[in-house]
Amino acid sequence: MRRLLAGRELAAPVLLIVVVALIGSATSVSTQQNFITALVSVAIVIGLYVFMGNSGVISFGQISFVAVGAYVAGELTIPTQPKHFVLSNLWSVLQNTSVGNVPSLAIAAGVGALFALLVGIPLMRLSGLSAGIATFAVLEITNNLLTFWPKIAPQSGQTLSLVPTTTGLFQAAAGAVVAAVVAFAYQSTRRGRLLRASREDHSAALGIGVEVHRERLIAFTLSGAISGLAGGLLVHQIGSVTPDQVFLELTFLSLAMLVFGGVGSLWGATVGAVLISLLDSYLLQAENGLQIGFFKLTLPSGASDLILGVLMVVVLIVRPRGLTGGREWDLSLPRVLRRRARPVEVAEAEEPVEVAGGR
Amino acid sequence: MLLQAIIDAIAVGALYALVAVGLGLVFGVMRLINFAYGEVITAGAYSLYVTRNLPLSVSVVICFAVCVVMSLLIEEIAFRPLRGASPATTLVATFAVAIALEAVWLIAFTPQGKTADLLATLNQSATHGSVHIRWLTITELAAGIVLLGGTALILARTTIGLQMRAAATDFRAARLLGVRANRVIRFAFVLAGVLAAVVSLLLTVSQPLVTPTFGLDVTILALVGAVLGGIDRLASATAGGFLIGFLISFLGDELPSSLSSFSTSFTFGVVILALLLRPAGLFAPLGQSSVDRV
Repeated sequence: MRRLLAGRELAAPVLLIVVVALIGSATSVSTQQNFITALVSVAIVIGLYVFMGNSGVISFGQISFVAVGAYVAGELTIPTQPKHFVLSNLWSVLQNTSVGNVPSLAIAAGVGALFALLVGIPLMRLSGLSAGIATFAVLEITNNLLTFWPKIAPQSGQTLSLVPTTTGLFQAAAGAVVAAVVAFAYQSTRRGRLLRASREDHSAALGIGVEVHRERLIAFTLSGAISGLAGGLLVHQIGSVTPDQVFLELTFLSLAMLVFGGVGSLWGATVGAVLISLLDSYLLQAENGLQIGFFKLTLPSGASDLILGVLMVVVLIVRPRGLTGGREWDLSLPRVLRRRARPVEVAEAEEPVEVAGGR
Repeated sequence: MLLQAIIDAIAVGALYALVAVGLGLVFGVMRLINFAYGEVITAGAYSLYVTRNLPLSVSVVICFAVCVVMSLLIEEIAFRPLRGASPATTLVATFAVAIALEAVWLIAFTPQGKTADLLATLNQSATHGSVHIRWLTITELAAGIVLLGGTALILARTTIGLQMRAAATDFRAARLLGVRANRVIRFAFVLAGVLAAVVSLLLTVSQPLVTPTFGLDVTILALVGAVLGGIDRLASATAGGFLIGFLISFLGDELPSSLSSFSTSFTFGVVILALLLRPAGLFAPLGQSSVDRV
């Protein structure tokens, strides 16, 4: 019975993904892109959540796995003919192989996982701020190599283009659902729970014999796989990618989505990604003039970031644990009957600073 | 020229060290990684642009005022309500403040850079043989030493400095002993604002073109440096800031041209190695283990 109920927490995120896809399918082709972007964002943010949410360790590096996924999936699906011409310096494996859409996504996930595993073996020994900075260093190095190393990417930061655009609503939604299912399956396993235990109390978890390093590495690798897949979805949506598209800005935006929704739950990751992504898309459109009913709204360029930034601060002040409070949403039972789930906390500072406003 | 590269690198290092002090001061009392600090530096630089037609001294005074007020305002509006929230939350909040303010600069000053070259005379160099030392280098070093010394003196010799050190060691205990939390935190932000003003003055000399991301890049790198050195202590954070500035400038100058585009990778490769060897910071006292902070 309990097992049956547990699975139901997955229903809410999946349902939300399906609803977004359905609404998107009813809109015009240009508006549809906003919904596809939202679904791809869900996949990216779930990738981030699998590591950060379960381990409580901050990572700025997850977007480098998105980047690697995007480049691999992109380079492998460009037809060989133009590829020899445009990307003549590429490694011969990448140069001579050409695969279809779905295999390219699988390979992107695999390469993302492999990269995360290699990076994670040394890095997962770190925690706290040093982990944050080390993962940030990985992001910087990935960006630097993708920009300047012609064996793995176009010369000096040029756009990788001519990638088939296969990510429509269906593929984006399917990808997001796969990400959600994998994330949920992992957090329901013994392994996932051990990691969550270490998040709540590192020393206590070590004390009862949890190998925190190994558990974190597993989550990090899994997160790399989901991020790689998300990167594949992204490049197949846009049809091109530059190193800076998958760098600092996306890192901030995805972190913001996760914290906005609530770091502690899959539901929070999904809600945060959908809401912020749609808002961001519409605000960006409004900077170029958005038709609302009879009047046209034109915001100055930069207004979207301003509104998003201010909104983020306000939400964080009002709800420091994010919109969902870091809880899963169990659709199966009415609100009153639902077993009260304890709010989960992201690892607290060893010395929480509590200060009242006045003297 | 190796000597030239070293001299240039020392000057860059001094500048990053100043930024690291500003970050370290606030981190010390609040355990807060302040990404928005870069926007205070940017605000100072734009104020220099706006007041470019006023006398130099007036414009410098305004720059200091803008930075201090900005620093205090950010604390008052955004960070104070978030005290006690989890580090992930506050970190994203400071990030969000930075993004919002960057958008304000973008709307107010457009993405095109604005030139603020008030102290351009500092770019002239004193030449000795084949080594050129810009006056800026000397000024940066002098400012670095004076300000670091000044900050150290304040921390060591004044009551508020003592309270700040107490708060940095154990905030709750310090409050129980009668240290006024708001006063100490405000003072840290004022000091950080003053340092930001000096940084924006010096930074506009070497890169007079002020863009909306003017301060952010420096701040992120200085933060990396501070953690690399050990952000728990002001001295080690400063040394780390110096080291990262030195590394960036030195590697940029001295790597062979075939590798020079990868200088970022080398710098951050060194950062990862150093963090793996000494997670609590390169210059942290031996035997100190790293603690979960974020």
